[in-house]
Amino acid sequence: MATATNRMLGHLGDSVERLEDPPLVTGKGRFVGDINFPDQLHMRIVRSDHAHGKIISVDTSAAEAVPGVVAVWTTENIDDVPPIDFREGSDPTLALFRQYPLARELVRYVGDPVVAVFAEDPYTAEDAAELVVIEIEPLPVLINADDPPQDFKGQATTEAAIVEQGYGDIDTTFANAFKVVEIDVKVSRHTGVPMECRGAIGRYDEARDVLEMYGAAKVPHRNRDTLCRMLNRPASGLHLFEGHTGGGFGIRGELYPEDVLVCVAAMRLRRPVKWIEDRREHLMAANHSRQQRHIIRAAVAEDGEVVGLDDELYLDQGGYIRTHGTRVANMTTGTLPGPYRFPVYRSICHFRLTNKTPAATYRSPGRCESTFVRERLMDAVAVAMDMDPIALRRRNLISLEEMPYGRALDVLGDSVEHDPGDYAGLLDQGLAQIGWDDLQKKLAKRRANGEMVGAGISMFFEKSGLGPSDGAKIFVDNEGFIEVVTGGASIGQGFETAMAQIAAEDLGTDYRRIRVVHGQTNRIDYGVGAHASRATVLTGTAVSLTAQAVRAKALDMAAELLQTSADSLTITDGVVHAKDNPTGPSLTLGEIAEALIPTSKLRGDREPYLKGEEWFHIEHQTYPYGHHIAVVKVDPDTGGVEIEKYFIAYDIGRAINPMMIEGQLVGGLAQGVGGALFEEFTYSETGDPQAVTFADYLIPTLQEVPDPEILLTEDFPSIRTPLGIKGAGEAGITGAAGAIASAIDNAIGIPGAVTETPVSPQRLKKILSEHGK
Amino acid sequence: MKPAAFEYHAPTTIDEAVALLAEHAPNDGRILAGGQSLVPTMAFRLARPTHLIDINNVANLDKLAIESGALCIGATVRHAQFHTPACDGVLGRLLTDVVSNIAHYPIRQRGTFCGSVAHSDPASEWCMVAATLDATMIAQSASGERLIPAKDFFETVMTTALNEDELLREVRIPVLSDDTVYGFQEFNRRAGDFAISMTLVTYQLEGGKIVDPHVGVGGAEDRPRRIAEAEAALAGQTPGDDAFRAAADAAAAAIDPMEDHATNAQYRRDLTATLVRRALENAAS
Amino acid sequence: MSDKKDITLTINGRDHNVSVDPRWTLADVIRDHCGQTGTHLGCEHGICGACTILVDDSPVRSCLMFGIQADGKKIRTVEGLANGDEYHPLQRAFIENHALQCGYCTPGFLMLATGILEAQPDISDDDLNDVLSSNLCRCTGYANIIKAVRIARDEMKAAS
Repeated sequence: MATATNRMLGHLGDSVERLEDPPLVTGKGRFVGDINFPDQLHMRIVRSDHAHGKIISVDTSAAEAVPGVVAVWTTENIDDVPPIDFREGSDPTLALFRQYPLARELVRYVGDPVVAVFAEDPYTAEDAAELVVIEIEPLPVLINADDPPQDFKGQATTEAAIVEQGYGDIDTTFANAFKVVEIDVKVSRHTGVPMECRGAIGRYDEARDVLEMYGAAKVPHRNRDTLCRMLNRPASGLHLFEGHTGGGFGIRGELYPEDVLVCVAAMRLRRPVKWIEDRREHLMAANHSRQQRHIIRAAVAEDGEVVGLDDELYLDQGGYIRTHGTRVANMTTGTLPGPYRFPVYRSICHFRLTNKTPAATYRSPGRCESTFVRERLMDAVAVAMDMDPIALRRRNLISLEEMPYGRALDVLGDSVEHDPGDYAGLLDQGLAQIGWDDLQKKLAKRRANGEMVGAGISMFFEKSGLGPSDGAKIFVDNEGFIEVVTGGASIGQGFETAMAQIAAEDLGTDYRRIRVVHGQTNRIDYGVGAHASRATVLTGTAVSLTAQAVRAKALDMAAELLQTSADSLTITDGVVHAKDNPTGPSLTLGEIAEALIPTSKLRGDREPYLKGEEWFHIEHQTYPYGHHIAVVKVDPDTGGVEIEKYFIAYDIGRAINPMMIEGQLVGGLAQGVGGALFEEFTYSETGDPQAVTFADYLIPTLQEVPDPEILLTEDFPSIRTPLGIKGAGEAGITGAAGAIASAIDNAIGIPGAVTETPVSPQRLKKILSEHGK
Repeated sequence: MKPAAFEYHAPTTIDEAVALLAEHAPNDGRILAGGQSLVPTMAFRLARPTHLIDINNVANLDKLAIESGALCIGATVRHAQFHTPACDGVLGRLLTDVVSNIAHYPIRQRGTFCGSVAHSDPASEWCMVAATLDATMIAQSASGERLIPAKDFFETVMTTALNEDELLREVRIPVLSDDTVYGFQEFNRRAGDFAISMTLVTYQLEGGKIVDPHVGVGGAEDRPRRIAEAEAALAGQTPGDDAFRAAADAAAAAIDPMEDHATNAQYRRDLTATLVRRALENAAS
Repeated sequence: MSDKKDITLTINGRDHNVSVDPRWTLADVIRDHCGQTGTHLGCEHGICGACTILVDDSPVRSCLMFGIQADGKKIRTVEGLANGDEYHPLQRAFIENHALQCGYCTPGFLMLATGILEAQPDISDDDLNDVLSSNLCRCTGYANIIKAVRIARDEMKAAS
């Protein structure tokens, strides 16, 4: 029997242990590579080693002759399968640029899938793949998105789209400006690189006429819908299953050529087909991201107000347009103004294909790039106006009084309307906590002693909780165990724990009694998955509303059984009792569930079962905000950068599990440091990728990553969600490159020195020598 | 990234091992020691030996002892065995200082000293140590053994004076006198990565002047070697900033740096000057 | 194709008699032929450390050994870390300190840390950082991994 003194675990705001962890620390996880089916085949992809060319011939005969090889496919074997469509539905203006599961007529990047080999084991499949002979007639290779566009299939140019956003009169504003400050900055090509490579298993169950795909992640329901469209199957006959996922970061779980191939092959070869990507493939085949060049100028008034922002950018999309369409261009142009007012604004994105790996979203897409660019510009404006960079930023921040602050900008179909937030107030808190003024004095003294040390700041606003809607189902069984069924996805972020905590709050039960289902398209008809930091905001709120409905139903039934009013009852540790008498008459949730089974005479005219299904519809996305501060030391002789101290301030609105939120921020920062200082996909002039091993693609180890100090505030709960939740997934990375670049400028005493990431030792050494340092 | 097929041999004696090597080397048969360099290249199928002769079970290849004034390091002695000094005196301490820069702890449990030297990656710390300290390589084949001095051993990237039928049975490093001072420096972008450049310097003092300076540079050129010009700049000088900078500049001027997609020659040259100077400062401190 | 050879792998105290192609990596043999899938593959070229296991109590990359080389050796993987239902101190510390998110690198980190703490129970924080920099994690930013291993080190030392 529960008592009021029993401490139930897992209320909102508790940093409880994660429900996900026990299998993961004992080796019992079920990642896609761990799943096997009897009689399965292994698929190996033969990829183009040319960046651009016409396919003259493909000879598969030697591969087919290898014992253990069951089939070898070129695009001709699947000429009825259409190119991979866009996640949010078809778009005729971009349709031409889509990728076929196996290259048709042309190859457009090194890594483009040309042939699929199906064999009894992965070693044999790789042996046979080596024997495939692909004859390619090379075509001119386009490496840089800011070079002139080329022809695309004789029907278009490689400038697939121009995405423009803005408001106000640019020409007049710049003509009348006190000063115009222009910079030209680049963000390098890098991406998420989860520790688990991709994988997919297709399995056709002839008994039930159901096609299954294992290894789904991020957006299983969306991918099911796209696959149904492509393969002309009903949603009831095509199911995707998400197991454990070894990191997502935006790139894992989109619908890729290999996912389509295992599904089609399972249908046609009538055997399960397993594909596990290797790391070399991953670095040339999974989505790249980020590469942009911005030429951006600010019109500044005499008092430092930036009265206009004019940006032209070149986005390097790579060989094809994948599932996201132009979403990164949209998010970049839609979020570039960030936390500042900027009364006049224009951004023109040249969305261009090149002969490199296709690009798409990576954690904080659009914001990471635009924050780096904007904060570089704000530093440049401060220098040009001879203002303190903090004061310059303060002068331009949107104030609390102006909130909610709308702009005539679009982010993913949603007009931008900033949630109330005190940007300047959080800045005050952050600067006070880090002791900014004192820090400046110490750094100045060290610089006077010859050290190259400096501090920099980067301010940002994030977006999270992309709508419009999500739902959830909750079922309580006769033993009082609770199942929460969602269409969310768990990519390592703690989704199950967060959902269980939210449900536990209203169901008055220990979060450990709650089982959370995600990523199973056969368990729920819909789902938004896990992207755009939306899981906790949207799915979490839907879970909360559903839990409230189930609670109401439980109390209603209990009130009748206990002959009292529902208002007088509450739930503690799964037991319904009078609020003022915890030890009096009571019923467990299981007993109430039993009273609600269809055959129960106690049920009355209530709907059967203790269960519920509710929806949450959000009006606008939520906009959390914060800033990063970096302190760095530069070694002038080697060009090496050491991050001495790092600080992140972030207003989350309402924290479900602060431990997990801090985990998101610290982990995001590690990736931000990677992008700022280490990670880059470079290409030769002929389009050969130069970072296809972990010796060349430099993911930071713990020696390179700072342990940041974090100020997590809940000062401004979102007005868009009943719980006040804003997203947490991306803020750790968004401000990193800007803060580190600013700190490096400060350390070496060369304003505006950093114009390009990553700031490699060689790049920095070059900057220093060009300035005689 | 699954290796191509090969036949596996696990000899238990040196004679057996070199006989197998003689038989299979003409068909790209290779020695497998720690495997920490070979197996990754096999995973990428950049190497596809048809026969692997695993020497991990061969008796008498695990020697790690001073003999005739040199530390003798057998073919199966692993990096981790240098985590604590392998011998008394300066050389033992030097090798322990260097080993912590070699890749990472689990790699050091398997990788072997002689395997690194035979593999001859230009950025291998042990190769640079062998070159700087004038080690002698003992090459063993079915027809006998041959001694190869370090200066003749390293030819270019992953190419040595070893014949294809020769096993690098042992490396001998002359013991350093008690008055030898040394400095080691390497620079890489991440902990445990291959060095972009690195250096090992040693010298003694006589009457306050530098004698017998050794300045080795690795990672910067296609092979590790002693830099005579830098050594000449040090010999007979008083340790100090002037001499160290002169030697550093001489080293930077003398080398012919490699270029790759990530690093150009100028950066490697500048970096080498910095590292040589710092290593000399370390040696003097 | 080379001939298969019969070997015995002793994994977590249990003998697995398997017939192996010499080119099969130890990681593949453990995962695909002994059913122990807790050991993960993250790069197959020895850099990420996800496949780290203990062979004769030393932490090694199981992608850089061939299965045939482990014939008769004592292998320990993450599946053998707990004592029945009782977590190893490292497992408990990882859970309590949120040292994992997606959990893919976790088995490698746990075995790496087990190996070093057994070999050097008194290892300093700096030396521990050096060893833990052997493996890559893409989720946590490492801070909580370092914290968890230090706590487990102190706990294991106190208990011994």
